[in-house]
Amino acid sequence: MNYTIDQLAQLESEAIYVLRETAAQFENPGLLFSGGKDSIVMAWLAHKAFWPSKLPFPLVHIDTGHNFEETMQYRDGFVERLGANLIVGSVQASIDAGRVREETGPTASRNALQTVTLLDTIEEHQFDAALGGGRRDEEKARAKERFFSARDEFGQWDPKNQRPELWNIFNGRKHHGEHFRVFPLSNWTEMDIWMYIQREEIELPNLYFAHRREVFERGNSLLANTDFVTLQDGEVVEEKLVRFRTIGDATCTGAVESDADTLDKIILEVATARQTERGTRADDQRSETAMEDRKKEGYF
Amino acid sequence: MDLLRFTTAGSVDDGKSTLIGRLLYDSKNTFEDQMAAVEASSKKRGDDNVNLALLTDGLRAEREQGITIDVAYRYFATPRRKFIIADTPGHIQYTRNMVTGASTANLAIILIDARLGVIEQTCRHAFIASLLRIQHVVIAINKMDLVDYDEETYDKIVEQFKQFSSRLRNIVDVTFIPISALHGDNVVDKSDKMSWYQGPSLLYHLETVYIGSDHNHVDARFPVQWVIRPHSNEHHDFRGYAGRVASGVFKPGDEVVVQPSGFTTRIKAVYADEKEIEEAFSPMSVAIRLEDEIDISRGDLIAKPNNPPEATQDIEAMICWFSADTPLTVRGKYVLRHTTNEVKAVIRDVKHKVNINNLHKIEDDLTFELNDIGRISLRTSKPVIVDPYQNNRSTGSFILVDEQTNQTVAAGMII
Repeated sequence: MNYTIDQLAQLESEAIYVLRETAAQFENPGLLFSGGKDSIVMAWLAHKAFWPSKLPFPLVHIDTGHNFEETMQYRDGFVERLGANLIVGSVQASIDAGRVREETGPTASRNALQTVTLLDTIEEHQFDAALGGGRRDEEKARAKERFFSARDEFGQWDPKNQRPELWNIFNGRKHHGEHFRVFPLSNWTEMDIWMYIQREEIELPNLYFAHRREVFERGNSLLANTDFVTLQDGEVVEEKLVRFRTIGDATCTGAVESDADTLDKIILEVATARQTERGTRADDQRSETAMEDRKKEGYF
Repeated sequence: MDLLRFTTAGSVDDGKSTLIGRLLYDSKNTFEDQMAAVEASSKKRGDDNVNLALLTDGLRAEREQGITIDVAYRYFATPRRKFIIADTPGHIQYTRNMVTGASTANLAIILIDARLGVIEQTCRHAFIASLLRIQHVVIAINKMDLVDYDEETYDKIVEQFKQFSSRLRNIVDVTFIPISALHGDNVVDKSDKMSWYQGPSLLYHLETVYIGSDHNHVDARFPVQWVIRPHSNEHHDFRGYAGRVASGVFKPGDEVVVQPSGFTTRIKAVYADEKEIEEAFSPMSVAIRLEDEIDISRGDLIAKPNNPPEATQDIEAMICWFSADTPLTVRGKYVLRHTTNEVKAVIRDVKHKVNINNLHKIEDDLTFELNDIGRISLRTSKPVIVDPYQNNRSTGSFILVDEQTNQTVAAGMII
């Protein structure tokens, strides 16, 4: 008898194990749901992990207010199909309450402000674990993350003082006021995510598929022309055939020119891609250690 | 496509990061924006060539000081396999990091500097690989370019290593490969500078080494992780025991025994999410329904009556100590986490420590400090359901947690 399962099944099993472990070890977890493909896959796996029960934790959306309309429609439909609870933490509310000050200038983005709203939402709802769709292959600081990542009372990540993780024994013990970030998809790559979406026939927001859209070039990124951005001198809006490799705040999520309008074509495109998927994220290009700095502050 | 998890071990200047960078680069698993960043950093540091080691550097302090702080995980794939590398740095927390990386690995690559041959660190790395029961080991003899690709030098190192490793019982499969990570010889492509070497390149070996027999499919062990009780109209009486199969095979109709209660019953159905499946084996995550209503909770273990594991409160184990702040103390109390179970434990006795550079027992200094490895006995507050680590990596392993700091302070392997 050949008792083996392929790599996608192994990653699926590992993620389900981590999701169940999170439900068991914490009193009040929440699953961070952005409407991007990683958090969709994570929520899909959570549905599997606890079936036929409903999810034992809510989905939590940190809403910058600068969303693509398609993401919001998708979110509401997905949450309803899953029968899950949705909690929304609003960056606009943080701005209105004077908790953060909106960036000004032509390249202003609310991406960095999310951290404050995230920490406020965690505190308001007393979440002791926040499940995130982060993957270690995304970025060099994320390569050092644990499955169970301990955060201090200020939500900060200390890369020099992480708990070692051995075998599949996770240590979620914490002091009052501390919380954890948990990353069930740690070992998945972008390619694994796409192949899994194809295998499971998971419906995605149509932003991921090639479509015609008004865009303009800024830095190395191709940004969508939305109400949330201000064009600078020399920036020209053109209609192009594009798709998004990641979905986040509309002011910093870059599109790529692509004619991949099916999953098969996307997988082929990912397989031959010469740029990392975060290569189109303006937020990572602010400095060499942009991600590391944000994580230390309490970012995902 | 299957999955191989491997770890790399080497001392500080053995070229470990260069090797990983080379594997990623030559197997075309690097991206243009990554390479552009590496080229810019190399220039800034004043390196002669593009420094592939920078591909694996993550945090600011690491780039500033040219060191690696913590275990980092890397991913790459070829048409044959997907690989997960646990990249463990070789400095002060070295043993702790290597033990961590090794705990999930199928294979370890141990680097040796061809100019230095087998040194203390080599012995240490091989010992840890054996202790953690990594069955496949590759001895990569690196920097062959600096010894003129000399066959005799290579042969001598192979002999040295074999003499030492004959004392390590868990390493069943050793492969020696002469390489130059800097120039790429025998890493992805076969080198034309070492025609005397008949074996495979490192990548070819990683792609083809047989790991199908590494999982234990004999002893049925299912630690219960979570009880699924929907309380919905549609699934009113559903009660499923969710978990990941640690070892063995579970099928509907199988007679099972639940530990520690000792009740026996049969499996009614096995579910992988919404689908009923024919059988479940390691490492599948499933939910099991039983014929009889028995009181079962997280931390219990479902096994087969013909070879159940041992329920015990007394454990003998090899441990590796992880804490730089507090040493292990006899009579010290800790939280012990084992499979999905958590109990209190008190250290009863320290038998000996091991000098991991020469495998000699240390019996006169029994204080465990950071990185120390040795044999202890402990007693738990409640029975735990265990197997020897030798037979079962899941039910034979545990961690100790400090109750004050909540830090993981030790990794344990049950004897």
